[in-house]
This record gives sequence, C-alpha cells and structure tokens, in this order.
Amino acid sequence: MSVLVYVENAEGKFKKSAFEVVSYASEIAKIAGTSVTAISIGDVQETNLAELGRFGAKKILNVSSEKLKSFVNQAYASIIAEAAKSENSTTVIIANTFTGRGLAPRVAVKLEAGLVDGAIELPTFAGETLTIRKTAFSGKAFVKVELTSKIKVITLNPNAFKLIESGLDASIENFAPTVKDSDFKIIVGEIVRAANKVSLPDAELVVSAGRGLKGPENWKMVEELADLLGAATACSKPVSDADWRPHSEHVGQTGIAISPNLYIAIGISGAIQHLAGVSSSKVIVVINKDPEAPFFKVADYGIVGDAFEVVPKLIEAVKALKSQN
Amino acid sequence: MKILVCVSNVPDTTTKITFTNNNTELNTAGISYILNPYDEIALSRAVELTENDNGTVTVINIGEINTEPTIRKTLAIGANDAIRVNAKPRDAYFVAQQIAAVAKANNYDIILTGRESIDYNGSQVASMVGEFLDIPSINSVKKMDVNGNTAVLEREIEGGKEVVTVNFPFVASATEGMAEWKIPNMRGIMGARSKPLQVIEAVEVPINTNYISYEQPKPRGQVNLVDNAEPQKLVDLLHNEAKVF
Repeated sequence: MSVLVYVENAEGKFKKSAFEVVSYASEIAKIAGTSVTAISIGDVQETNLAELGRFGAKKILNVSSEKLKSFVNQAYASIIAEAAKSENSTTVIIANTFTGRGLAPRVAVKLEAGLVDGAIELPTFAGETLTIRKTAFSGKAFVKVELTSKIKVITLNPNAFKLIESGLDASIENFAPTVKDSDFKIIVGEIVRAANKVSLPDAELVVSAGRGLKGPENWKMVEELADLLGAATACSKPVSDADWRPHSEHVGQTGIAISPNLYIAIGISGAIQHLAGVSSSKVIVVINKDPEAPFFKVADYGIVGDAFEVVPKLIEAVKALKSQN
Repeated sequence: MKILVCVSNVPDTTTKITFTNNNTELNTAGISYILNPYDEIALSRAVELTENDNGTVTVINIGEINTEPTIRKTLAIGANDAIRVNAKPRDAYFVAQQIAAVAKANNYDIILTGRESIDYNGSQVASMVGEFLDIPSINSVKKMDVNGNTAVLEREIEGGKEVVTVNFPFVASATEGMAEWKIPNMRGIMGARSKPLQVIEAVEVPINTNYISYEQPKPRGQVNLVDNAEPQKLVDLLHNEAKVF
C-alpha cells in the first residue's frame, strides 16, 4: 500500500526535483498512514540512493542495468507499473519534467489510473477520492481536479513543493523487473547538455530579457548577471522568434511555464502571453524604461530605467554582496 | 507515408480567462478559438514531409460542431482529410482513447500531437496514445527527419537535447523548432471547403478525473519601485527582504 515515487537521475545523480517528489510522496504517505517506496532506474551509486531516505523514502527499489541507462519511456513505464503492482501502491508520484511527462501517461494507462499532471500542492483526501490543484490555461488560472480511479498517478511541478527532511534510514533493494524486448523500439543516440548552465524548467532563479535589449550581442550582461546569481537565462517570444536566443529559453504561453523563486524581466513589456508563463514565480522583478509597461502591474519590485544603465550597476551590486559573504 | 495529426481547439493566446457558474465553467463569452499552436507546428511538419512522397495527412479532433472552423483551417494549411469525433474532450484519457480507436483501424506511420494544449497543458495525449497502441512515443520533439521507414528526432530534455531514432509506427509531440507555422494561401482556403470531414461518434471510456472548479491567480500587491540611480537598493531588498538569494 506504500506510495510509490519514481526518482529521475541525470548521469547517475539526482536533482532537486527528485528530492521534491520524495518529500511530496512522504507527506501524502503520512496522511494516508503508509510509507514511501522510491524506484530508481539506471546507474545510481548506493550513496546517492541513500540520500532519498533523508527526504522520507523508507524503501528504495534499485533497477540497475546497462540497457536501462538511457531513457526509454516504454520500458521505464513497464518497470514502474510492475513496481506499483508488487508494492500494492495506489498512489504513484512522478516529477513533471520532460522525462516525467513522457512517462506518467504510459504508467497511468498501464495501471488504469487517473492522472493529474503538474500538481502544485498536496492533495486533499475524501475517502478514495483525491482532489489536486494545478495550473491551467498556461498559468492564467488554477483548476481543481478530482481523481476517482482506484489507482492515482500525480506529477509534481518542479519548485512547487519544498524539501522536507524526515531523516529516514532507507533500505535499498535490487528490483529485477521483467523487461520485454518490444519495449526497446527506440534507440537513444547523442545527448547534449549545456555544460555549467542552470536548466531553465527547474531553476530557482531566472534572469530573462526581451526586445528591449535591441540585439543578441547585448545578452552578455544578462548572462553575467545570471552566472553571478547561479540563475538560468530566459527570453520572451519575439526574441526567440528572431533567433537572438534558442527556443528552449522562451518562457510564456507557447513556451515554457516556470515558477522560480525569483524572475527578473529586463526589457520585457509583459504581454498577456508572456505573463501566463511566469505568473507563478514567487518574486517578480521588472526593469523597463517604459513606466507604463504592463509588467509593472504584476511585479513585486521594479526599476523604471534603461537596461543598459541599470543592469551593469546591478551586476556591480551583486558582486559587492557576494564579496561580503 | 500516412500521418495522423491530432489537434485541439483552444482559446486564443491573447484571451483573458474568466469563469462562470460559480467558477465551475470557463466563461466562453467573447473568446475566440484557435488551432492549438503546438498542433499547428506538428501539422506544418506533417504537410512538409508528405509533400515530397505523395503521402497523406489526416487530422483528428475530439470536439463538438463548434470546432469545425478550426478543422477547416487545418485542411487549408494542407491536411488531406479530417475526422471529428463528436464529443466534449473530457480529459486526456478520453481523448487518447478516441484517437487510438481511429488509429487502430487505419495503420498510420506517424501520429503527431502538439507538446501540450495551451488550455489544460496536460502533455498527456501523445504518450497515452502510444501506450494504447503499444508503440513508442517521443515527447517535446523539436526536429524530425524521415528516411524511408525510420525517423530521427531531437527531443528536449532539461538543459539540452537528446537524439532518438525510431522506426514506423510511432507517436511524437511537437514543440517549437520542428517546423515554421504555415500560413494558408487562398488556394488552400478555397480547397479546404471541399475536402472530406468525417464525423464519427465517440467510443466509451471510463471516467477517472473530474474538473471541479477554477480560480484566477491572486493579484500581487503594489510594486515596490526602486530609484534607477540606486540599483544596489534592489539587490539589498532581494537579499534582505525577499530573501531570494
């Protein structure tokens, strides 16, 4: 009856989103009076697996195999569904990442489960029914979804749930699922990850810029500020449409929706489509020379001024702060 | 090559979203509907791929009669024919079952969806269809090339990309980069009127989810404006008051 949580690794390491889902599963398990079983697939060292106990995993099922090192969603979904059956789990938690989005729907179909994607807080319980709040209309609204199926699959948005330390000593078991050859119909080739760059969807701090920067050559100061803060860089749609920045940096209704702790918008006016993708940021800072820019209406802090004058001064101020600490 | 493109009819991106009936329903008054932007990318790529090899593109939509203008637009862009499953798209599970039922009867080489619909943002349908049909599904694909019966795809991952090779049949969900949006020309628009649009009834699907109520984001307080001559004050506020770094 345990709550099953899938913990995703990148090159053998867990990211914060993995600890977030374990913390989330652990809070659900407390309410349901049960414990958390985590399942890891790929090649993860035991010391890394043991860390999951800190956030509330009681048992860890470790699937370690060369064949499963790269992500093949059909095979991964079969394994997770098998683990859910062997653990008698009625709740399965997965992070709402690119990987999670490819995986959770397949797991849900295998388990004949209802699925809520992108949960932003703990469910409420009424008998067998769970009710979960998620964003809808690309951040323009929230919706409450009732899950009435016997088995429930929930994906949790990155940065939506805080880490909670439970300090359990997790037991690690090897799990040997039955893997069908027909689950390996795709061949994963080259994987390219930008080195030393914070990935945008799960970044805690984001520095973003728009057309106000006038051209791609002016992004140096944006990158410098982001590097100093350990932030990811992002941009508005016109900027990625003009190929000043890659599409993967485009936040907004037709780009990525993000919910960082801090979103700094430089030279972005704040069209409704852009605001949709960033409105769940915890703190919003707007720097724009137009005092009438709509973005100021949804900002927590702002500076009305020319980005080319303000941003270099901000960089100096952050440097000064970092040198004090 | 036979491609099926699954499309949604969604509120225009400029729409202000409000609710009625005690916040249990979307207020559709004054909303104009569009072809979901990601589905349009998928459709554009499908049309490009089939232009070269005499292939066909079929569009499928799960919706009531009010979605037909959007379906006609897909025909104007270049789809050969369309199927409308006459039902409210209750949730992703329901929609995916309808698509799978049609796909089982038709042997498509590629089934494409958008990365997500911009209304419920579920990103569920592509993988569910793949699972119902027991074929591979690849999400957030930003590049897709086909050679014979094999496709090479680039999918988005956190902070990068992954290259995946797969044989027909498979499902993929499209994101920005896969194709440029195609603007229908006059010939396309005229031709769309006479292309076949078949209406079929839905298959029955168990209910697992209910969308019970909606709310709008809470407004933020008044913005705290910092003098542009003293940006260090902003850094101070973010550090000591907001405590974000």
